[in-house]
Amino acid sequence: MATMDLPQPDINETSRPYWDALREGRLLVQRCACGHTWLPARRHCPACLSPEVSWQAASGRGRLLSWVVYHQAYHPAFESRLPYHVALVQLAEGPRLLTNLTDPNEALVADAPVELDVQWEGDLALARFRLSTQP
Amino acid sequence: MNLSGRHVIAGIGHTAFGRLPGSDTVSLNVEACRHALADAGVDKSLVDAVFVKVPTSAHQFMYGQKVAEALGITPRIGGCWDQGGAANITLLSFAIMAIEAGQCDVALVCYADNPRSGNRAVYGRARGDDAAYGWFSTAAGYAMIQRRHMIEYGTRPQDLAAVAIASRQHGAGNPQAQLRAPLDLAGYLASPWLVDPIRRADCALVSDGGAALVVMSARRARELGVPMPVPVLGFGHGQTSYELPQRATLTATEAARAADTAFRMAGLKPRDIDVAQLYDCFTITVLMTLEDYGFCRKGEAGRFVADGAIEHGGRLPINTSGGLLSETGMPGLQLIIEGVRQMRGTARLQVSGARHCLVSNQGGTMHTHATLILGN
Repeated sequence: MATMDLPQPDINETSRPYWDALREGRLLVQRCACGHTWLPARRHCPACLSPEVSWQAASGRGRLLSWVVYHQAYHPAFESRLPYHVALVQLAEGPRLLTNLTDPNEALVADAPVELDVQWEGDLALARFRLSTQP
Repeated sequence: MNLSGRHVIAGIGHTAFGRLPGSDTVSLNVEACRHALADAGVDKSLVDAVFVKVPTSAHQFMYGQKVAEALGITPRIGGCWDQGGAANITLLSFAIMAIEAGQCDVALVCYADNPRSGNRAVYGRARGDDAAYGWFSTAAGYAMIQRRHMIEYGTRPQDLAAVAIASRQHGAGNPQAQLRAPLDLAGYLASPWLVDPIRRADCALVSDGGAALVVMSARRARELGVPMPVPVLGFGHGQTSYELPQRATLTATEAARAADTAFRMAGLKPRDIDVAQLYDCFTITVLMTLEDYGFCRKGEAGRFVADGAIEHGGRLPINTSGGLLSETGMPGLQLIIEGVRQMRGTARLQVSGARHCLVSNQGGTMHTHATLILGN
């Protein structure tokens, strides 16, 4: 399939460290001195509004909260992937991500542990996950 | 100051619902306002405020001024709100607060859209950077919420079906309703996936149409001899994050905060409500609204809606004109209008002796919520 056709994220000065780290196989989250940790990237901490924002490596471990299965493609790039799912994963560090698991739709189980499984789509590295064998 | 009962909905009006090819949203707003003014028996020259909900399918610059211009009104106050389906009760609330503050005297609240004959791309749109993972459409957000509700509380397909069946049954005899075919459990279960776990039968209609309210103080309505004013006893609102992953929980909605404010303002409890018009953009929305409004405990809405409890003749009839699942998918103003009819005693499926009607409005993917309590 023509992976270059996937909708591309809007990578800007604020979010570039996140996407660059994925290209090296690492997942980053943003963190503030107040202790709050979040994604997606922002210029200010949404808890205390401090502009002193730092990046921190995430463990890549999380939990599957929910998922949906698409039977209709809203973009041509997904037609050949039907039926595909989109999952909501809670990272161990706190933030939640919309993502895909690299496992089949039928294998998904609520609250299952998951781990980072970075995948390339053309020139884009995506933060996908897989069901984890370790709890 | 408690504003409960100090203001009324003096008039209601709407256009035809369904597919209205060739219609434009400004004209639909004007037609609905014309009917609402006639219903109130109020001349247009008395209107000095116009509050408009943005057309979901066609955002436009300074849209409130376009509608006011077409109405031939130069408002003292008003504007155009973007808050999804919650905007209708919100606009009514702001109209009341503006009247109370002496900023205007008689207000029009209106909404129109034409996604059925026009452009419905907004419902299938990409959701930001997450589109790279395939995250599209309004229905998907609700599907994500619904699955979590099913995981945490064991909510079953037949629980969701009960909501669709009630709305469709109530709409079946409504000559204005866009979808009048009744639905049973087998029909619900045979309905195709929209985005699993949401079926097509769970999802609001896509509709053209317009609706409007005339709002004024109860005192002004007496002075003008408005024939059937319906008092606004309470209203409340709640709003949460834009993106779904930013919410601490998927299974609670802003309905709880909105209803708490509205019930306190009205001095009422859920047990005082005789009939309700609950925003049914998706069936899961109704179940979660029932829980967050306190009609049942969290996770027990499935049991609450069993055995016809929300059908006409049940202990809490909802969506007596068919709701978004049957009457029209127009987001929310038709629910207020049916609430007014119930309080006037003129509804087609009248709940006899009903004294209090609750109306919920909800916007986006449970981003915004507004609650309205009407009396008679």
